[in-house]
Amino acid sequence: MILDVVSAVLMLVGAVSCVLGAIGLVRLPDLPSRLQAATKPQTLGLLLILAGTALRLEMESAVTLVLVALFQVITAPVISQLLGRTAYRGGSVHPEHLVVDELAGRMPEEMDR
Amino acid sequence: MTLVFTVVTALLCLACAFTVARLLLGPDTVDRIAALDVLVIIIVAAAAVYVAIYRDGSNIPLLAAVALLGFVGSATAIRLTARRKGLR
Repeated sequence: MILDVVSAVLMLVGAVSCVLGAIGLVRLPDLPSRLQAATKPQTLGLLLILAGTALRLEMESAVTLVLVALFQVITAPVISQLLGRTAYRGGSVHPEHLVVDELAGRMPEEMDR
Repeated sequence: MTLVFTVVTALLCLACAFTVARLLLGPDTVDRIAALDVLVIIIVAAAAVYVAIYRDGSNIPLLAAVALLGFVGSATAIRLTARRKGLR
């Protein structure tokens, strides 16, 4: 009973976090801020939903869910960084909107990623 | 508990709708790739909700497979976009 309530709360909060991230993806004005909305709330929402699911399963299945969560946490920053770098090179990021531009003047023409 | 699952599924559908809107609107290819990546995460979350509803552990490898595939797909798409723009 207690486990059911905890699992329900976790899944609801996770779903709300996913929706907030998606709203940010639509409403935010430029690509770096959209990447912010695309990465962090979605990862948090997925982790909470996975935790809520794990509480309703037996032990062996829950261990595999931990693997999925770990994988998501590792890959989300990689994708985000690749997208940001590609957008910066493609000129989709406007330097006048940035507070700090650490890549300015440091981008060689032929740099292997 | 049924009500909770209904609400969670509805919220995930709403998130899917917003993400597809960005996928269709996105002024740039990079925006569309970001939206697709988010879509994959939402699909994994929805599959996890399915597992929770039926308490059926046999679908969990599907979650790992979809998450892996989403990562490889997004990384490949980004590389190909960069190459097409002559940015390499």
